[in-house]
Amino acid sequence: MTVLEAATAAPAPAGPVTAGPVTAAPAAAAPAAAGVPPDRQLLMYRAMVVGRAFNRQATAFSRQGRLAVYPSSRGQEACQVGSALAVRPTDWLFPTYRESVALLTRGIDPVQVLTLFRGDQHCGYDPVTEHTAPQCTPLATQCLHAAGLADAARMAGDPIVALAYIGDGATSEGDFHEALNYAAVRRAPVVFLVQNNQYAISVPLAKQTAARTLADKAAGYGMPGVRIDGNDVLQVYRAVHDAAERARAGHGPTLIEAVTYRIDAHTNADDDTRYRPAGEADVWAAQDPVDRLERDLLAAGVLDRAAADGIAAAADAFAGELSARFSAPPTGDPMQMFRHVYHHLPPHLREQSERLAAELAADGQGD
Amino acid sequence: MSEITMAKALNTALRDALRDDPRTILFGEDIGALGGVFRITDGLAAEFGDERCFDTPLAESAILGTAVGMAMYGYRPVVEMQFDAFAYPAFEQLVSHVAKLRNRTRGAIGLPLTIRIPYGGGIGGVEHHSDSSEIYYMATPGLTVVTPATAADAYSLLRRSIASPDPVVFLEPKRLYWRKEALGLPVDTGPLGSAVIRRHGTHATLIAYGPAVTTALEAAEAAAEHGWDLEVIDLRTLMPLDDATVCASVRRTGRAVVVHEAHGFAGPGAEIAARITERCFYHLEAPVRRVTGFDVPYPPPLLERHYLPGVDRILDAVASLEWEAVPA
Repeated sequence: MTVLEAATAAPAPAGPVTAGPVTAAPAAAAPAAAGVPPDRQLLMYRAMVVGRAFNRQATAFSRQGRLAVYPSSRGQEACQVGSALAVRPTDWLFPTYRESVALLTRGIDPVQVLTLFRGDQHCGYDPVTEHTAPQCTPLATQCLHAAGLADAARMAGDPIVALAYIGDGATSEGDFHEALNYAAVRRAPVVFLVQNNQYAISVPLAKQTAARTLADKAAGYGMPGVRIDGNDVLQVYRAVHDAAERARAGHGPTLIEAVTYRIDAHTNADDDTRYRPAGEADVWAAQDPVDRLERDLLAAGVLDRAAADGIAAAADAFAGELSARFSAPPTGDPMQMFRHVYHHLPPHLREQSERLAAELAADGQGD
Repeated sequence: MSEITMAKALNTALRDALRDDPRTILFGEDIGALGGVFRITDGLAAEFGDERCFDTPLAESAILGTAVGMAMYGYRPVVEMQFDAFAYPAFEQLVSHVAKLRNRTRGAIGLPLTIRIPYGGGIGGVEHHSDSSEIYYMATPGLTVVTPATAADAYSLLRRSIASPDPVVFLEPKRLYWRKEALGLPVDTGPLGSAVIRRHGTHATLIAYGPAVTTALEAAEAAAEHGWDLEVIDLRTLMPLDDATVCASVRRTGRAVVVHEAHGFAGPGAEIAARITERCFYHLEAPVRRVTGFDVPYPPPLLERHYLPGVDRILDAVASLEWEAVPA
């Protein structure tokens, strides 16, 4: 985990506050490195390689039946790493189920990231100490939690920003609209990051929206909308960082559309050959965010082949360690069902918990 | 001690909560300058400022969803859903997040938030303004559901709800808003989850809550003319239910009638009757009866008097409990 601990320990650099205009297409990638020091670029590369290895390992777990389900973010590592590194550790993340790599980048234990999918706990990590809400399954609902928490921080005078993650499909949900509207009206310090990975399970973007771009939607709420190349980690990093600092300075929320591609199926339960045209993935493969950053860093001399091989070996070791830790069966305590429904156990739950305890005792599983 | 309305008691409870705890904040549609359509927040924005009591965009899911985030950050939000049926857009937030966050986070994040909802009929409201939605909330684990029937309980239970470490759906019977009561505030009428006996009797137990308590008490007075001495229980909290108080009463009287204006099929009375049957079967002299609204959408205002369970329907149910079999 040293790679990720290093990634999260690095301080966020200061940057100019810009309210980006809505752009028709992702901006050119060429000058993206400007303003991001080489060691930080290297950090992003490491985190993305580790993230890729994590996606690979978790997908393998799902095939082995060790996870109930896994929504891979392969192809979206630039969005997740770039955004998670662009905010401060005290800022709050509001992730969806697909944000595993963002959570890893934040420094959350990979086993804790996967407990939701393993099925032993709803949320494996402590949201308060990690400043990270539970991975959200209902679409766009967490946008409102982000807006509320950010508004609360603003009222308290704290320099805290909330970063809400959603996918392209969630932009059709009512809570997305209510959250953007609320945050804009209240000038709540929120960054809404849409990872437009082209599909909501099987439904392509063209059937999701008639808007020219998802970033265009920002205009209706009176906030900046920024469209970026989501496969360019430096663009993601700068856009999220600038939006976060803009929010922190009291200028309100920003909507960012990061254009990317989900290489794997929605989850292991999905058959993407039914809805994706043949050859489409090949077109996007040329834009693969990990390969692309590697090429750029090699060309710039920030990375050499030996260092790249070392990082790849570290990522493999990381996946191997995760696999070893995952071989231990989860130790779910059935009695925990009752423990955190209410602060005080009400009488009817006391009766039911006593009944379960008796059943467990009869089965020889009790205390 | 002076005569005050339930609306005034609620207003005072909110004022006192704002004064006593800087973490308490109020928000919703029209609750600022207007003071709420029922004036429950009257004067609070002026007194405490528009960061403590503020108007939001007209979006119920946003009102409740942002309350989740505010509570996560340490505030104690008290939000208003303007009318019962206006709360439905917030239902996903309520069920998927408000009710579950403590459980999902294994106790790391509890949500001390209160959702005030004026509910029920009897005030001549047009459609979507008179629903009794309590069964949806009662049927959702993780929520506490409270409904007062007196001004004293309105004050006390709202203070208790705001102080609760868990989310409370606080249902305000809108047809009782303007009823007056001699009352000195502050007052504490006991913890959430406790029912109270409003009238002691020996022949049968009427179990009611919120707007139906008044009707049940009127029915008990009318029943006395028939020689029937009825006990009346005001549940006050619907989730968790105070089985102990209900069952102790039914074991004494041997007969029970549940009264509420919400529909009957799979309604609150079904759960209450089932629990009484499970716990008091050998004490029962007759089946548990329910007197409820009909299983229809809430009717237009000119018809609501035919829908709402009144004294006569309660007395009919009481009469059906085979009174001649009761020992003197």
